[in-house]
Amino acid sequence: MKFTLSWLKQHLDTTATVDEITYALTDLGLEVEGVEDRGAKLADFTIGHVLSAEKHPDADRLRVCQVATDEGTKQIICGAPNAREGITVVVAKPGVYVPGIDTTIGVGKIRGIESFGMMASEREMELSDEHDGIIELPSGEVGERFVDWLAANDPAKVDPVIEIAITPNRPDALGVRGIARDLAARGLGSMRLCPAPDVEGAFVSDISVSIDEDTLDGCPVFFGRLIRGVQNGPSPAWLQDRLRAIGLRPISFLVDVTNYFTYDQNRPLHVFDADKVAGNLRVHRATGGEEIIALDEKNYTLQPGQMVISDENGAESIAGIMGGAETGCTEETVNVFVESAYWDPVQIAYAGRALKINSDARYRFERGVDPSFTPVGLDHACAMILEHAGGTASNMISAGAVPDTSRAYRLDAARVQSLVGMDIPESEQRQTLTALGFRLEGDMAHVPSWRPDVMGEADLVEEVARVASLTKLQGRPLPRLTTGVPKPVMTPIQRREQIARRTAAALGYNECVTYSFIDQASAVLFGGGDDTTRLENPISSDMSHMRPALLPGLLQAAARNQARGFMDLALFEVGPAFHGGEPGEQHLLVSGLLVGRTGPKDVHGASRPVDVYDVKADAEAVLNAMGAPAKVQIMRGAQEWWHPGRHGRICLGPKKVLGVFGELHPRVLEAMDIKGPAMAFTLWPAEIPMPRKTGATRQALDISDLQSVERDFAFVVDADVEALTLVNAAAGADKALIDDVRVFDEFIGGSLGEGKKSLAITVRLQPRDVTLKDADIEAVAQKVVEKVTKATGGTLRG
Amino acid sequence: MDDLKSKYLTLIAEAGDEATLEDIRITAVGKKGEVALKMRELGKMTPEERQVAGPALNALKDEINSALAAKKAALADAALDERLRSEWLDVTLPTRPQRQGTIHPISQVSEEVTAIFAEMGFSVAEGPRIDTDWYNFDALNIPGHHPARAEMDTFYMHRAEGDNRPPHVLRTHTSPVQIRSMEASGAPTRIICPGGVYRADYDQTHTPMFHQVEGLAIDKDISMANLKWVLEEFVKSYFEVDGVDLRFRASHFPFTEPSAEVDIRCSWEGGTLKVGEGDDWLEILGSGMVHPKVLQAGGIDPNEWQGFAFGMGIDRIAMLKYGIPDLRAFFDSDLRWLRHYGFAALDVPTLHGGLSR
Repeated sequence: MKFTLSWLKQHLDTTATVDEITYALTDLGLEVEGVEDRGAKLADFTIGHVLSAEKHPDADRLRVCQVATDEGTKQIICGAPNAREGITVVVAKPGVYVPGIDTTIGVGKIRGIESFGMMASEREMELSDEHDGIIELPSGEVGERFVDWLAANDPAKVDPVIEIAITPNRPDALGVRGIARDLAARGLGSMRLCPAPDVEGAFVSDISVSIDEDTLDGCPVFFGRLIRGVQNGPSPAWLQDRLRAIGLRPISFLVDVTNYFTYDQNRPLHVFDADKVAGNLRVHRATGGEEIIALDEKNYTLQPGQMVISDENGAESIAGIMGGAETGCTEETVNVFVESAYWDPVQIAYAGRALKINSDARYRFERGVDPSFTPVGLDHACAMILEHAGGTASNMISAGAVPDTSRAYRLDAARVQSLVGMDIPESEQRQTLTALGFRLEGDMAHVPSWRPDVMGEADLVEEVARVASLTKLQGRPLPRLTTGVPKPVMTPIQRREQIARRTAAALGYNECVTYSFIDQASAVLFGGGDDTTRLENPISSDMSHMRPALLPGLLQAAARNQARGFMDLALFEVGPAFHGGEPGEQHLLVSGLLVGRTGPKDVHGASRPVDVYDVKADAEAVLNAMGAPAKVQIMRGAQEWWHPGRHGRICLGPKKVLGVFGELHPRVLEAMDIKGPAMAFTLWPAEIPMPRKTGATRQALDISDLQSVERDFAFVVDADVEALTLVNAAAGADKALIDDVRVFDEFIGGSLGEGKKSLAITVRLQPRDVTLKDADIEAVAQKVVEKVTKATGGTLRG
Repeated sequence: MDDLKSKYLTLIAEAGDEATLEDIRITAVGKKGEVALKMRELGKMTPEERQVAGPALNALKDEINSALAAKKAALADAALDERLRSEWLDVTLPTRPQRQGTIHPISQVSEEVTAIFAEMGFSVAEGPRIDTDWYNFDALNIPGHHPARAEMDTFYMHRAEGDNRPPHVLRTHTSPVQIRSMEASGAPTRIICPGGVYRADYDQTHTPMFHQVEGLAIDKDISMANLKWVLEEFVKSYFEVDGVDLRFRASHFPFTEPSAEVDIRCSWEGGTLKVGEGDDWLEILGSGMVHPKVLQAGGIDPNEWQGFAFGMGIDRIAMLKYGIPDLRAFFDSDLRWLRHYGFAALDVPTLHGGLSR
């Protein structure tokens, strides 16, 4: 919302400076977005007097002028037809920037004669479109700054323009008068009177209006007057200046009047050329399919139920949103029908959204204009038309009735203290509300018709506090809910998330935060990409689906880094993935990705390609940090984006999967443009069983003073026997005595023959009661061999 | 006897290796060595002579033995020195590479925020990223026609044909968690809700996903003055300054009443932000007293309970505190950026140890 200082002062009698006004506006909740000081760009122009003007010897249209300036008499060549001796002009000396032609003036030669500056037209200074000649001032001293002269003689031209942001609850501030009212309540001046004009109805309008019964809830009231014999044409300069200052293009007086009151009093109006209206006007609902060319010269097709104003020829105006071109006013209009109606905000909002029309009228009606002002606004406009364009007005015709929005809420003076914490005397509270237009009856505050946002007692508090200034609010300690040391606040899952993150970082992974949406192709690769997770209005096709997993985002991140020349990567992310489109169909994941080598090549020869056992170790470390049990099963059969032979599911049973680690499928890597091997893990923190913990106490440490004994075994087994099967078998040989079983060697093929391998284990025995004798050890060893042989079909290697 | 002593001490001193030394030992103090032979002669002596010669011989034997031991140790030292001299390494060579992991600034700052609010008794609540339009809008006093809905650039989920429910949305703010939390645990309550939110906007300063933290405190007598104190304490603690001016400006959010935008005093010098000094004001968050309708939507009686809510951008306050220039880079995962702006694994922010290094 833009307005000029002088426009504001039409409603507000104030001596406040622009700075004071803008500070107050922002503090009141009408946030100032900018102040345009239009005088600034004219600051260097000065007033001069043409002493003589001779024809240029080599050019018929040019004159050689001697101009008195603050720096003495200067010679200026001028092409304007009105450049002549004796006139007072505006001079741009060399070095001055002229905004209208985007040029800084220099000393130049024109057809052989030197020129020391220029005399400016209004257009060259962006004051108007006037460019028939240079400015001739009726007064002004040589050397006086032109802006100072303008400020004294034509202030509208250098009026500061203030732009404020209007929150949706304040439609009243979409009119300059509403803004003035807030400032007056704050104490920055007093409201000027703006009485309803007395418009004489000289005849009975031959256009009448009706509202269909089923449309009364969308258009409760409609007023109009017919004015005959107007002379349309350009608006008076002051009106043009105001509209131009706030960025509106003056069109013709009749149209400009409607725009003026839209901004002046938040009262959108429409003018019909009465001679183009056939018969009477009818407000009704579209049956659907009606076509109308609106004032923006675009063709719109109405949908069933949308409100429309029709005459005998059909739809003539999209109600409350935009008038029709067919019956619009032109320079030639002599008989005008002025409309002022009240439209339901919700219906206008939906219709405007459906038709995709953003007009000033829609913007205001959907936020809520003052219903009571509907007939008054009409008369303001008619009075202005009669004054400037002549003619005679009809009686006021109407249909429907002004909706009753009257309501009152109890002003509880103590509520300001209890809700806001500010101490404001009741008398001041009442004064503030009165200044804002509330009517107080006892402790009931009646809400003014222009404040649709005030819907309860809390709103009264808000108004009082806002006007008193929240800047004055003093902080007050929030008492603790409990005394003493605060308790921890994080849930077990939140702690797991944090621990997983910190552990992965400690293992050398860089944390990424990638978008929750990815392209469909990548989503499909990881089991997603269907319609349930599709966005209806994605910002681009790269972000069309909610991610089914974290890995596609990490792989894309890896590909981007590889494109930048970083080939070895360790990335991880902790965050939600989506298995459906309903709230809650998301699950927390931890995913890590290793690509390339373990590090750059180095003098120690430590660098090697990453492998499955790297991610297995990291997955186990992160799971362990999150509190997962140490004893897990490793199973196969994870989803198709893993290398079928090089992955493992970390399980606590066939259905309880804590995580997956492995090599990613080469086809996935190819599709996602990843170079080199890529290993990954994904963990489900919520799947880890909650510890049955009752206290911080650990189990007592159980250690034996007796020396432990280690024995090594090597078994020849089929190549597809898994080490874990063998280890579990060996460990089961004597659960009391065997403390640990570790695989320390694997040897495949060679002298063992095709399809065979050797696995070597170390079994550690920890006696509890007596030192082990050779016979005891031998007995356990035999059982180990037995168990392993039975479980794996292998043999002890000789 | 003095001859013997000087002869062997000289030999020992001159010995160049352990073998020579052993030879000397055998010749001098071995079972058949010169000293042993002298010992045998003691029997032929008179008791008087024996009393003089016996101790002298023993002393001689001891002296030679300790000279041998000393020399042996000296030889071993020399040998070790010699070996170590050959064991020189170029210690300026680089080490085996170790990956340095990092924590993303969003995670770090979320933890910082949590640490501060936990101290003030706020716990951490979470909610779904995809939510119904009721939780995201209606319950927060933003009805269907409200202009704020259009202004929020909402992402909508696809609806299958025949499913006539209003489409679900990607939450446009963390505020729906307020409602879910009120429904779940009622009043009194103190929560913060950090997390990702989505708006269909992408330019220099906007990304379609960003992060917010929501705060909510409900009790019998919580006022806006308490809100101001909480935010003052938060800003002071988060930016790690001794004091900071906060400016409350009246504003409007559908879910709070009264509402205020909050600015902090700051200065910009050479592109660097300093919080708590200077003459500039920087908007950092929106806040207000929870609207009675919102309390009602959450199943809390507004006649009995009242409280405040606030919301701020985690990415934004991360950028301000750590001088990170570009929001879009947060989600680009450029390794150089992650390493430069990331945090070490063990830099866990705590109030006792400090939030940042």
